[in-house]
Amino acid sequence: MSVTRRRFLKLGLTTLAGVGGAMALDGFWRGSAEASEVLTDQKALKAKHWAMVIDSDRLKSAENVQRMIDACHRTHNVPDFGNSKDEIKWMGTETYEHAFPGQENGYLNEGIKEKLFPVLCNHCENPACVRVCPTQATFKRPDGIVAMDYHRCIGCRFCMAACAFGARSFNFRDPRPFIKQVNPDFPTRTKGVVEKCNFCVERLEKGLPPACVEASNGALIFGDLDDPNSEVRQVLATHYSIRRKPELGTEPSVYYLIGGGEEHA
Amino acid sequence: MLEKALSGSRRYWAWVAVLLALIAVGFSTYLKQYHEGLGITGMSRDVSWGLYIAQFTFLVGVAASAVMVAIPYYLHNYKKFGKIVILGEFLAVASVIMCILFIFVDLGQPVRVLNVLLHPTPHSVMFWDMIVLSGYLLLNLIIGWTSLGAERKGFPPPSWVKPLIYIAIPWAVSIHTVTAFLYAGLPGRSHWLTAIMAARFLASAFAAGPALLVILCLLLRRLSTFDAGSESIQALAKIVAYAMSANVFFFLLEVFTAFYSHIPEHMAPIRYLFFGLEGHQGLVGFMWSAAILAFVGIGLLINPSTRKNERVLPFALAAVFIAAWIDKGLGLIVGGFIPNPMGRITEYAPTFPEIWITLGVYSIGLLVLTVLYKVAIAVREEESLAAHG
Repeated sequence: MSVTRRRFLKLGLTTLAGVGGAMALDGFWRGSAEASEVLTDQKALKAKHWAMVIDSDRLKSAENVQRMIDACHRTHNVPDFGNSKDEIKWMGTETYEHAFPGQENGYLNEGIKEKLFPVLCNHCENPACVRVCPTQATFKRPDGIVAMDYHRCIGCRFCMAACAFGARSFNFRDPRPFIKQVNPDFPTRTKGVVEKCNFCVERLEKGLPPACVEASNGALIFGDLDDPNSEVRQVLATHYSIRRKPELGTEPSVYYLIGGGEEHA
Repeated sequence: MLEKALSGSRRYWAWVAVLLALIAVGFSTYLKQYHEGLGITGMSRDVSWGLYIAQFTFLVGVAASAVMVAIPYYLHNYKKFGKIVILGEFLAVASVIMCILFIFVDLGQPVRVLNVLLHPTPHSVMFWDMIVLSGYLLLNLIIGWTSLGAERKGFPPPSWVKPLIYIAIPWAVSIHTVTAFLYAGLPGRSHWLTAIMAARFLASAFAAGPALLVILCLLLRRLSTFDAGSESIQALAKIVAYAMSANVFFFLLEVFTAFYSHIPEHMAPIRYLFFGLEGHQGLVGFMWSAAILAFVGIGLLINPSTRKNERVLPFALAAVFIAAWIDKGLGLIVGGFIPNPMGRITEYAPTFPEIWITLGVYSIGLLVLTVLYKVAIAVREEESLAAHG
């Protein structure tokens, strides 16, 4: 009876402020607790923008590329179903015409025309896959890596439709029986989720370069695009490089050196 | 009112039994898919969406088409649509339920579907599609059910329904626009990357949806006491004729842009659909059938003498409906994936399990539609009995 309109409003506003304040504090405490709980390896490799340069001149043969693919797929428990329909690949190969559609011409140097170029997730600066994902199961990390949370992915495959580079694969079946030798250091996936190259975040955390880079005999250069002294920046500053489908504005972080000749040391 | 669906003729129950049987087959096939994964479908790494998502896209259109009845009736006071407006709303309800089910059966991890609510992501068009579709379902269910309930008691619908009716009109446009945005905003898919996508979706929706509605009205006239009236059927048939003409026109605009600009990646999917690429011709027969059916349908519907002939009318409408189904329920989605982003071709054909699951979802939709229409017609019969007795 004695609750006036004014008093009622005041009470409501106070409650609202209290709840808001508590939520803000809660977020603050939780935020700081999380930061202190995460242990980072002292050896961990860090960057503001991880990028890769693929020196195609150094990839002399298809075996060179296959060795990198095998290293990647072994490291990440990528299954081999033996058919292209269900195929999962983090790294694949394409000829120039298919890796760089629209840039081919009828008179290409035979060596370039027939060479197999490694293709993988471009870890785009403006990733369309991240934009479309309805659950943020795929997201861009502060270091530029486009990562996946396999436990959050609902398997809608919107990201596969959005990716302009065919970099994503879907587990159409249970992958586990098709992994030749399970690497216990990396999780296997379940059926019904999307996966792709992760720039070896799990290896970077331990201070190791990506598995493909390690297996590339120097053909793949990996580093921080934001650091002017990094090897990737040095190489890009001294060589002509191209990226896949730059006209789409996704800003790939994977660069290709083509026909660089002997000069790259 | 729902009890009215529980009494019916022998023919009614036979129809319900057929639908239940198809649902059972679809459901058991879905269990197989649930256990083994989407590998039992024809979808692949390259064609990662297939029949399910295509049906979803097509049915969003059927759902949106309820406005083609609602606008003349509610905004322009076209009384002749008074009898069928409820049929449009209930068709929308059944269609949206099918849309949601088609998305659900397409998910690789269906038990995680609520992640979409747990981690709401406004930069994903799918988030907005979920909002507009569930909103549209609720709107039509509430509007349809309340109006029918009021009609049964001999009252006009309560006043609070009016604003919902007005909201439902732009909302219908939004469901198909947002669904078009699922595709039209993707940078690497030239076949979908077109500003006219949403407009084309709406045009094909306003052709296919009312075409189905008229076919349903003609069926109801034969199977029940319900008669939509020739005038409203003719009015709807005209809507179908011009909406389909707009749809074909929009498609031809796409053809012009792709082929006159001569940009290879814009031409390739259309070439694949209508002529085949590098010897792959999986959809050529379907696409030409659609083209022929579209023109035949439009011709028969625009010409007054054939449109008014109620023997010809159902065939003309079926031609339009099938053409729109092939265009959107098959060509548009699959064509978007062929060739793949690397310019390579992987074809797609649905598998039998995929077709059974699709039929199962359609049967659920038809069952919902049957029950809702049964209730609506029974209420009307009750009224006319009361009026005459």
